[in-house]
Amino acid sequence: MVEPVLQIDNLVKAFGALRATDGVSIDLRPGEIHALIGPNGAGKSTLIHQICGTVRPDSGTIRFAGEDIGALNTAERAQKGLGRTFQVSSLAPEFSALRNVMLAVQAKQGSSFGFFRPVMRDRSLVDPAMAILERVGLADRARLPAAELSHGERRQLEIAMALALQSKAFLLDEPMAGMGPEGSKRLTGFLDALRREAPILLVEHDMDAVFALADRISVLVYGKVIATGTVDEIRSNPTVRTAYLGDHA
Amino acid sequence: MLTRENTVNLVLALLLLVAPLAANAFGQPFYVTLATRIAILALAALGLNLALGLGGLVSFGHAAFFGIGGYAAGILSSHALSYEPMIFGLPGTVQMPVIWIVAVIAAGLVALAIGAISLRTSGVYFIMITLAFAQMVYYFAISWPAYGGEDGLSILVRNQFPGLNTMKPLSFFLVCYVVLLAGIGLFALIRASRFGTALQAARQNETRVATVGIHPYRIRLTGFVISAMITALAGALYADLNRFVSPSMLSWHMSGELIVLIILGGTGRLFGPVAGAALYVAFEFALGGLTERWQFFLGLILLGVVLFARGGLLGLLAGKAKHG
Repeated sequence: MVEPVLQIDNLVKAFGALRATDGVSIDLRPGEIHALIGPNGAGKSTLIHQICGTVRPDSGTIRFAGEDIGALNTAERAQKGLGRTFQVSSLAPEFSALRNVMLAVQAKQGSSFGFFRPVMRDRSLVDPAMAILERVGLADRARLPAAELSHGERRQLEIAMALALQSKAFLLDEPMAGMGPEGSKRLTGFLDALRREAPILLVEHDMDAVFALADRISVLVYGKVIATGTVDEIRSNPTVRTAYLGDHA
Repeated sequence: MLTRENTVNLVLALLLLVAPLAANAFGQPFYVTLATRIAILALAALGLNLALGLGGLVSFGHAAFFGIGGYAAGILSSHALSYEPMIFGLPGTVQMPVIWIVAVIAAGLVALAIGAISLRTSGVYFIMITLAFAQMVYYFAISWPAYGGEDGLSILVRNQFPGLNTMKPLSFFLVCYVVLLAGIGLFALIRASRFGTALQAARQNETRVATVGIHPYRIRLTGFVISAMITALAGALYADLNRFVSPSMLSWHMSGELIVLIILGGTGRLFGPVAGAALYVAFEFALGGLTERWQFFLGLILLGVVLFARGGLLGLLAGKAKHG
């Protein structure tokens, strides 16, 4: 079997009496989209926070690209190649779309301690950033401040920044949220191709997108993974149907 | 091509140069000194603007660095004039370039220590902890009798700059003006650089910066240290302007004044500190002649700026700030 890119073993995180993550074990294999679904309050966000390093688990291990990343902080995990997007877009709002992506490019190049060279005239930053904006379809919006982009465009910009990091895995937290049907469709196509670059752990409420994209689905309920399997297995799983899917399946 | 902001900046820079030149030509050295005060306060605020405007770090303790710069000038020159060696038998000096280097290094080291601790906090806690550190430096200066304690330290003859007679108001003004322009140039370079990008991004969205793999703490600490160094340079010049340095340069009033200058002029703007300092000194001069309570009226203006003109004077004149 191929070594998983991301492997989470027996992760536990409790807030007081509430076990938000209750012995979760999941993995992300090369080339796949692994969707994480579950009702509101199931602990999806808490899990994402632990993977990214903003919340420390009480116990359990997180291995990424063959090493234990439990002791690393957010910035160090990003440097290892963990690219993420946020449930609510998280950008530098005053900067243009281009300069946002350039921030990621410069971080990837590993040097943020240049003091004298203007970035907007630095081809090694502008060119790759522009190429990525073109890829996500934002080239004509490159000079607009991130704050002035539409909701959907901000989501695309987040993905552009994750791309610029040349991540080894993508952690996408509800990328479809707030997108219109047209935008969702376009993004679905985009993510479908993206998995060839790096595997995607996809947290998503949009079941059409999940069923269209996912190679595997894990269902999280009350902090526990109640099922993991292919789309068909999950659709026909009676426990999942009662717990979450209802009339979706 | 000149943008509106660049035009405003150019006019401000020329005004600050032409006014004292004219005053000098008409035999009014007092106005030259006033312009010198504007240039020096602008430089001090420019330093703070790097931390506050670009980095979003509201330091309420920059008087510490301003005062350290001032004391560097006072202490070095007092040793030079008395021929008493300092610690390690090092001699004093009356040469400004040497004094500036000492001032900048000393303040940089103190800022490294203060910043390393303070930057573990944020928001109101950061404001309070920087204030607390600055007050420690203030009380240290008061209780240290060797250099005048509470009474301060006089600089009998203004320190020297090679090739100039710094006792002439215009010559000293020109020194300060050129240093200010160099500071503005440095600020502009840093703002447009990779480091400046990361520093400003950390203000706008810390999580975002960490998520691309940049440590916000390291970026901020570096920014804080550079900021303190520039303010210290201004402090050394300020001591030479007054030919006197006292703990009042270190007091929290001074820290507050620097913040006020930035808010008046326009937070994060290249020429905000210049506009703010000019406005402040002009006010102090015009209203200070009429009433001792001129700061009451300054308070009203500040209130007006905060309520109705958030971009400060630069915001009014040049419109909203533009980023790349």
